[in-house]
Amino acid sequence: MGTIGATLIRAGRRFLSSLPALFGVLVFTFLLMRVLPGDPAVFFASGPSAGNEEIEVVRKQLGLDRSLPEQLVIYLHDVGRGNLGRSMMTGQPVAKDLRQRLPASLELTLTALVIALIAAVPLGVLAALRPNSLIDHSVRLFCSLGVCVPTFVSGLLLIYVFYYLLGLAPDPTGRIDVFASVPPARTGFLMVDFLLAGDVEGWWAAARQLMLPAFTMALFVIAPLARITRASMLVSLGSDFVRTARSVGLSRWQIVVTYALRNAILPVITIAGIVFSTMLGANVLVEKVFSWPGVASYALDALLVSDYAPVQGFVLLMASIFVAVNLLVDVLYGIADPRATVA
Amino acid sequence: MSLTATSSGLRHTVWVLRGNLVTAIAAAAAILLALVAIFGPMLVPYDPVASDVPRALQPPSALHWAGTDQLGRDVFSRLVVATRLDLAIAVTAVSVSFVIGAVIGSLCGYVGGKLDRAVGRFVDVLMAFPLFVLAMAMVAALGNRVENIVIATAIINLPFYIRFARAEVNIRRNLGWVEAARACGDGHVSVVLRFLLPNVLPAMAVQMSLNLGWAILNAAGLSFIGLGVKPPTPEWGIMVAEGARFISTGRWWLVSFPGLALMLAVLCFNLLGDGLRDILDPRMRT
Repeated sequence: MGTIGATLIRAGRRFLSSLPALFGVLVFTFLLMRVLPGDPAVFFASGPSAGNEEIEVVRKQLGLDRSLPEQLVIYLHDVGRGNLGRSMMTGQPVAKDLRQRLPASLELTLTALVIALIAAVPLGVLAALRPNSLIDHSVRLFCSLGVCVPTFVSGLLLIYVFYYLLGLAPDPTGRIDVFASVPPARTGFLMVDFLLAGDVEGWWAAARQLMLPAFTMALFVIAPLARITRASMLVSLGSDFVRTARSVGLSRWQIVVTYALRNAILPVITIAGIVFSTMLGANVLVEKVFSWPGVASYALDALLVSDYAPVQGFVLLMASIFVAVNLLVDVLYGIADPRATVA
Repeated sequence: MSLTATSSGLRHTVWVLRGNLVTAIAAAAAILLALVAIFGPMLVPYDPVASDVPRALQPPSALHWAGTDQLGRDVFSRLVVATRLDLAIAVTAVSVSFVIGAVIGSLCGYVGGKLDRAVGRFVDVLMAFPLFVLAMAMVAALGNRVENIVIATAIINLPFYIRFARAEVNIRRNLGWVEAARACGDGHVSVVLRFLLPNVLPAMAVQMSLNLGWAILNAAGLSFIGLGVKPPTPEWGIMVAEGARFISTGRWWLVSFPGLALMLAVLCFNLLGDGLRDILDPRMRT
């Protein structure tokens, strides 16, 4: 109970201390989008040929005729009520569009994170168990190369190999074949929805579609995760408690997994938070390469027709997710290392 | 700095380079990249923007080493010419960030107080964004031009330099030799510029080399999604974007060669950064 209480207090305190940054994010997004080139009023009033009167009406409608501080207050008020404005491109409220498309992005990013962790932690551990061995050097080479290949290039090369050459992957556009039947959207996560509908064939099709983009994104972040696992495992393996564990004759597996890895996992959790931020950025590129119908490709489409409400909403959403992830990392940290909650 | 110190530093560098073949190769590759950026456009076999439609989409051959694109332009020539733009964007952005970050950061570390807290808040806000998304939004807001890619890349690099310089100056501001400088009648500006900054710069230079690779990836990513550099300008990110349409029909050379160029450039700066760190800060050696 005491630990849970301490964790909650810690989470609450962290949340409060992230509020100023969140407010800064709001002001920043607001200012950023106010300086966007082009006059949205002209753009949305049926095109450049629209009369001055019509443009004025649209300007009033969008609240663009007021002073900047006034507009900021209105904006904050709107965001507080969950109103992110209306997208002129889709004709829907931005919050609704984002809600519809967010599961696609999250499904991709989370799958990629899981793949990356499953690959990176064993790689890092193996490299740390035999420093300067062939395995260590191969892991290091793989990591050095991994951070150098841009996600959009590795994604396209994976398409070339697995779709064009080997024919193993399905057509690399979107989440699901356009002619396939889609399950009723309960969670928005296709993999979950297919399972809930009991459609195994559909689930497999969606999983195959997800594999290439998810691996593309995972490849980019395996390197930092594996590198930190190795470094942290080396420290942990060299410590006194591992020597003690060895001297009392515990099995190798128990020493490595229960004692060394558990103590080495803290820095990995911290880095995973930073890695998640990189992934939210890489998401934009991967969604573009695979025409993935997520929030990033929505924002990109809007950007190209200077429809600024979706872009503003997207940037705000990404920053909020990132702040939330940092909070989560902090709480996890407290659970993984009870000493951290005392301070 | 005295002559002997310089020559011993040089000897140390040579010694480290000899013991560290990888860094030596990376340094040579960086010099080669710089030469290609400077002289490349004069040496290329074809005009990088001249289209030759009958020869469109040819695979690599003796005539066209890296094949031709959808307009029949020579991919190899475009790759070589693009080096200048890609490097210029990254180097300018990182340098701007380095200078501004060093000045603001060391001021914060030295003065402390309100200024430090205000800048700290600003940095926190910047760091609350996924940085690529922030760069994307900034280019969109400032206008779709190359200068703005440079500005956006410089701004997303800024927090790291500010924090770095601040921390390094802060731990040194009350050390004996800084007190001594003050006691000798040096003003605050002079203490920061003549005594504190020179001690911080080497470590920051390492950071700069490591950031160059990241800046190259960022700028290429931005132009890949259609921000900043406009076609037909040869640029690695745009070349990949244009080649993307042809990858599912097996035209691998349009994506692979610019991708390889990006990869090699980033690899070269990353290895160089690691090597420089070994030379300047032996404690960090891994």
